[in-house]
Amino acid sequence: MYRYDEFDAAFVRERTEQFRFQVERRLKGELNEDQFKPFRLMNGLYLQLHAYMLRVAVPYGTLSAPQLRMLAHIARKYDKGYGHFTTRQNIQYNWPKLKDVPDILAELATVEMHAIQTSGNCIRNVTSDHFAGAAAEEVEDPRPVAELIRQWSSLHPEFSFLGRKFKIAVTASPHDRTALRYHDAGVEIVQNGDGRIGYRISVGGGMGRTPYLSYVVAEFIEKPDLLAYLEAILRVFNESGRRDNIYKARIKILAHTLGATAMRERIEREFGEIKAAGSLDVPETERARIEAYFAPPAFEDLPDMALPQGGALGDWVTSNTHPHRVRGYRIVTISLKPIGGVPGDISHEQLDGVAELLDDFALDELRASHEQNLVLPHVRIEDLPAIFERLTVLGLATPNAGLITDLICCPGLDYCDLANARSITIAQEISKRFADLARQHDIGDLKIKISGCINACGHHHAGHIGILGVDKKGVEYYQLLLGGSAAEDASIGEILGPGFGEHEIVDAVERVVEAYLTLRQPGERFLATTRRLGLEPFRSAAYEEQRHGAD
Amino acid sequence: MAQSLTANRLIDGVVLYWRGGDWVETLAEADVFAEPQTADAAFAAAKDFVARNVVVNPYLFEVKDGRPVSEREIIRAAGPSVRQDVGKQADV
Repeated sequence: MYRYDEFDAAFVRERTEQFRFQVERRLKGELNEDQFKPFRLMNGLYLQLHAYMLRVAVPYGTLSAPQLRMLAHIARKYDKGYGHFTTRQNIQYNWPKLKDVPDILAELATVEMHAIQTSGNCIRNVTSDHFAGAAAEEVEDPRPVAELIRQWSSLHPEFSFLGRKFKIAVTASPHDRTALRYHDAGVEIVQNGDGRIGYRISVGGGMGRTPYLSYVVAEFIEKPDLLAYLEAILRVFNESGRRDNIYKARIKILAHTLGATAMRERIEREFGEIKAAGSLDVPETERARIEAYFAPPAFEDLPDMALPQGGALGDWVTSNTHPHRVRGYRIVTISLKPIGGVPGDISHEQLDGVAELLDDFALDELRASHEQNLVLPHVRIEDLPAIFERLTVLGLATPNAGLITDLICCPGLDYCDLANARSITIAQEISKRFADLARQHDIGDLKIKISGCINACGHHHAGHIGILGVDKKGVEYYQLLLGGSAAEDASIGEILGPGFGEHEIVDAVERVVEAYLTLRQPGERFLATTRRLGLEPFRSAAYEEQRHGAD
Repeated sequence: MAQSLTANRLIDGVVLYWRGGDWVETLAEADVFAEPQTADAAFAAAKDFVARNVVVNPYLFEVKDGRPVSEREIIRAAGPSVRQDVGKQADV
C-alpha cells in the first residue's frame, strides 16, 4: 500500500500542529465558534448530538495492521472503546474531547493517517472498489489512480473553498462496488478498442434531498490527462455552481440544470485551456512511482482447491468469500453486521484482533467497504477455516455478506445532530426479523439502506429497499422506497407512499419481501422483480395492514 | 409549552443543561421554564457563557411533565438508545 514520502509526512505533521495551534486559540478564547468551525471541519471534527465526532480518512478504504492497532488505541485512550465505519470507507469516533483532538491527530500521523478533508466544502476522501487488486474482472488496480487524485486534491488551493463538498469514486471493474453514479465525479478505468487503458468520466451524481445519477462527460480520457480533466470539472463547478443556496450548491444541480451537452462543452473548453498550458500532465514516471506502492503481493502458485462446505464454516464461505483473480485465493468479507448489532461499529478489541489476523496470516492489508464491512482481499483458500475460527472468536463471523441483514445505515438520531429519526434501531429490528439464515438465502440479493434524514448518509435512495427517517412533530416516521441501486445498474428508489410509524416499518418491509417471494420468477432477484412488475404490487403489500385497519 | 435550555461544553463537547445561572450535566437537574419570558432570559444569559467560550450552541427545547417532548432531546439527555453503556445513561 502507499507509504508516505518525506513531503507527505511533513505535510501531515505540519497540518496537525497548525490545527493544534487553532484549538489552543479556541480554548483560550482567541477564536469564537464561527471563526473556529471552518478549521475543525477541514480536519474532520464535527459537533454532534452528544459530543464531538472525529472522522478519520481511510483513503480508498485501505488499512494496514499498524493503522488498525492505532485506531484501536485511539478508541481505548481517547474515546469509549469503539469506532464506526462509515458509508464512505472512513472511520469515525463518537466521543472525542476537543482538547484531545490534536493529540489524536498527532498519533494518527505516526501511522500515516489523518482527518484532513473528511468534512467541509472541499474534495473529500477518494473512495474506490473494496475488492481492488483482487477482483477477477477489473481492468487494473484502481487505487494508484485514487492515490494520485488524493495527492492532487489535498489542500488544492483552488478547490479548498468550493460551493459544496465534492466526492470522487474510482473503479476499474464492470461490476460497480463504489456507487459510482451517485458521486459528484466518477472515474471508471476502461480499456478502449486499441487496448489502451484510460478513463471514462461521469459527473453530477449525488444523494441528499435531490438525488441524481451522474452522466458520462468523457468516454475516454488518456492517462496523462486525468488530473487536467478533473481540474476542468472542478473549475466549471467552482465558476458556475450556485453558492446562494446550500441545497442547490452541489455539482449535480449545475450538471442537471445545464444538461449534458452544455456541461460537456464547458468542461472541454476548460480542459483545452489547461492542456494548452501543459501544467497538469502526469508523467509516466510519477504514475509508475505510485503504482509501485500497490504492486500485488507475491501470490503463491497454489493448486485449485475446493472450498470448505457444510456447517457454519460452509455457510460463511458461501456468503462471505468471493472469487479471486488468482487461483487458490479468495476475497473475504468480514461482516460488521452481527444480527441485531449496530452496522459498522467495531470495538477496540476487534480492531486489534483483525490486526493480529493480518500479521498471523501474512496479509498485507485490509479494506473498509462503503457497505460498512471489512475485506481481506487476498486469502489463501487453505487458510479459510483458521480465519473463520479466529473471526468467530472475535464476533466477526456473521455469514450474511450481501444478504438482507447486511444492511447499511447512518448513525441517525442516536448520534447525529442533523438526523430526524433513528436509523440504527430500524436496522437492528430488520436484522432480527430476518435472522434465519435459510430465509436470508431464500430471499437472496436484497440491499436495504437506511437514512435518518434527507441528507442520505445511509444511501436510502440507492437501496433495493430504502428507508428514510422523517420527523413529524417530534415523532419518528419512516418512508419506504423501492427500486434503487448503487451498482452498475444504478437507479433511484421511488417513495411508496405515506410514512410508517416506528413500530410499523419493519412489518411493512417484511410484507414487501413476502410479496417479492410470491411474485418472483425462478432465479429472479428482488430488484429485477420490482423492475418487471413496477411498484404497485409492493405498494399494496406494504399498506395492506392500514387498508385492513381502515376497513 | 415549558422549556429547558441546553448547550455543549466547549472543551469536551459534553451536553449541559441550564440551572440557576450555571450549567449542570443532567436533565433531571435542569431548570424548567414555564413562561417564555424566563426561558428567553435564560437563553440571553447563556450567551455570556458562549462569549466566554465555556459552551457552544445553546438552544431551548420543549419539555412536558419533566420529559423532553422530542425524541431527539430524549436521546440527547440519555445517550444513544442502541448502547446503554455510553452517554449519560451509563453513569446512572
